[in-house]
Amino acid sequence: MTRPTRSAKKGAAARTARKPAAPRARPVPPAASVPPPHGAAALLTVLSPEGELVGKDPGLPPERLVFLYEQMVQVREFDRRMLVLQRQGRIGFYGPILGQEAATIGSAAAMGPGDWVFPALREAAAAILRGLSLDAAIAQLMGKASDRCKGRQMPCHYTHKEAHYVSMSSVIGTQISHAVGAAMAARIRGDDTVVLGYMGDGATSANDFHAGMNFAAVYRAPVVLFCQNNQWAISVPLRQQSASETIAIKASAYGMPYARVDGNDVLAVYAATRAAVERARRGDGPTFLEALTYRRLGHSSSDDPTRYRDEAEVRVWEKRDPVERLRRFLRARGLWNDRREQELQERIANEVNAAIARVEAEPDPDPDTLVTDVHAELTPQLREQLADLRANLDAARGGREGAFPL
Amino acid sequence: MTVMTLIQAVNDALKHEMRRDDRVVVFGEDVGVKGGVFLATEGLQAEFGKDRCFDTPLSECGIIGTAVGMALYGLRPIPEIQFLDFIYPAFDQIVSEAAKMRYRSGGEYTCPMVIRSPYGGGIKGGHYHSQSAEAYFCHTPGLKVVIPSTPADAKGLLIASIRDEDPVMFLEPKRIYRTLKQEVPEGEHVVPIGKGRIVREGKDATVIAYGAMVGICEQAAELAAKEGRSVEIVDPRTLVPLDEPLILDSVRKTGRCVVVYEAPRTCGYGAELAAIVAEKAIEYLEGPIVRVAGFDTPFPYTLDNLYMPDARRVLRGIQKTFQW
Ligand SMILES: Cc1ncc(C[n+]2csc(CCOP(=O)(O)OP(=O)(O)O)c2C)c(N)n1
Ligand SMILES: [Mg+2]
Repeated sequence: MTRPTRSAKKGAAARTARKPAAPRARPVPPAASVPPPHGAAALLTVLSPEGELVGKDPGLPPERLVFLYEQMVQVREFDRRMLVLQRQGRIGFYGPILGQEAATIGSAAAMGPGDWVFPALREAAAAILRGLSLDAAIAQLMGKASDRCKGRQMPCHYTHKEAHYVSMSSVIGTQISHAVGAAMAARIRGDDTVVLGYMGDGATSANDFHAGMNFAAVYRAPVVLFCQNNQWAISVPLRQQSASETIAIKASAYGMPYARVDGNDVLAVYAATRAAVERARRGDGPTFLEALTYRRLGHSSSDDPTRYRDEAEVRVWEKRDPVERLRRFLRARGLWNDRREQELQERIANEVNAAIARVEAEPDPDPDTLVTDVHAELTPQLREQLADLRANLDAARGGREGAFPL
Repeated sequence: MTVMTLIQAVNDALKHEMRRDDRVVVFGEDVGVKGGVFLATEGLQAEFGKDRCFDTPLSECGIIGTAVGMALYGLRPIPEIQFLDFIYPAFDQIVSEAAKMRYRSGGEYTCPMVIRSPYGGGIKGGHYHSQSAEAYFCHTPGLKVVIPSTPADAKGLLIASIRDEDPVMFLEPKRIYRTLKQEVPEGEHVVPIGKGRIVREGKDATVIAYGAMVGICEQAAELAAKEGRSVEIVDPRTLVPLDEPLILDSVRKTGRCVVVYEAPRTCGYGAELAAIVAEKAIEYLEGPIVRVAGFDTPFPYTLDNLYMPDARRVLRGIQKTFQW
């Protein structure tokens, strides 16, 4: 059985005559290249991989361009160091970002401070850009006392209320309908808040993708649904995830405008997200964005990607590095040079080092946090369990409850 | 006081809270123009407009998923799941998201919402319009589970649930939606979550029941009285959090305990009640704790009367605590 055609030119007759596609017995060879830029597969691009302006310049002021670059360099260093800490056994688990910096930073930078962000797995950069301190991020990864979620979640599950960066679960896709619901709420309240909801390519197969897309369009919710298509969901390549020509095109069936953007081009991502945000803020409803990027490392610190993909594919995407692309552009504009680069690298390395040292010295969260925050108040049952926990701890310490102290 | 059915009391509570708090929004399948398949939301859209009472696409996962987002943003959503039997597409959103939001975010984000749903057997609904799924939710930390058994409690408990800061499963025993009429206080009427009630006082045996089973147990208590046994009935009203002192005090007084629930027997909520009584009041017991429950089968259609506990089965359960 041959692969069902993805060409939109085939007539309806051919489509009905064809038998339903049988599941493929063999894995699909990994997609090694960017699909040809035409039709539904066209990619919105501003900068070429060499950093030359090839599309419409979104016209960001120089300091904003430099800010985007610094954010990208910062998250790259953060990401590198956290993976090292994981390898050293100082962090339990880590989900690397390498290669996806532009997709996150370009989109997050297009949001206003009052807007809301619902992250997926790899959006730490959005939290940091919106104000999550390195200390708080590392405390989350280490599950320390100052962790905003009190050491309750595994690493990479950040939360930051002041920035409206919402706590996520590990369950793929569930945040999509949360983003839509928050946007519906904003509309009901008459606020001009816009919501950005992230998801991976794998998440587009989940129930909540369908539910979220459908509700967003039906209620014209002020939401931007943003898919980081890094082409892999752990070991499953995109072509095994969906037979759709692109992910973006799925939006058309829901009656939602969409765009497909080069996810390694921070200016293109920014421009596309900005347009979508403005649309939403005007009251013109949701937009779906697919950012084409690539997960250059393993799915997580527990994953060995050489088991399922050709490293040659990774080499191709290294040449499309998002950080270098912006650096070349900044240099050509005279906004960047070796001296500034060196200063930036040193400053970030120092900041990350200092944050690690501070956080690593912290204690674990207080034992009481095991039972608090289940509800607003402790139920009688939890109160009883807390007393039991404390008694167990006392016993373990060799103390006896109510024992005479002398 | 106005005489109302349970469903009218639900409607009254919704209106009362929507008038009081403009963050309260009601939505679900057919709840808008039609007012819900049981008419629980009748008149809400007309009074409060389409932004505060609206129909949704047919997607339980979407209804609860968007409700979570609305609650996070600051609304007080009251999504309706048309029948509890159809809640499973939303189970993930309830269990993984709503229930864990406060805890997982260290208290930064909360999910105050009330998921209303008709549940339970007795309306000839077959497998998929009859089930009692309360135990799944009781087993999920972060949820409160509330089940009224009278119109007045339905109103008071629903109002308390809407004002609660956390997600509440509000399960309505649809079998008694219209069979029971009772005086219900007008206007403000709050029945606090976590406080049960003594339905009927007695001294020989305690029967614990909730929802539609309370009425069945009242009939059984009449039958037991004819045999010279005085039965006390305790309705916990809220399964989570549970009013343990009320139950334990009653069992310590009577020395006998029967737990009645219409869900399948194995791992039902009654098993938890039995465990609590065994753990904390065993020295007062004069007989085994007996469970009277549904069967460990899917909910049947024709033989539903055999499936659900009735007064005679409850009476046999009471008798077993004396003969062993
Ligand atoms: C519902 C669910 N199923 C499975 C998993 C295990 N899992 C974690 S990440 C992942 C792949 C996600 O892929 P994608 O959405 O593309 O995000 P990416 O990891 O590429 O950022 C899987 C299968 C999960 N977390 N949730
Ligand atoms: Mg992916």
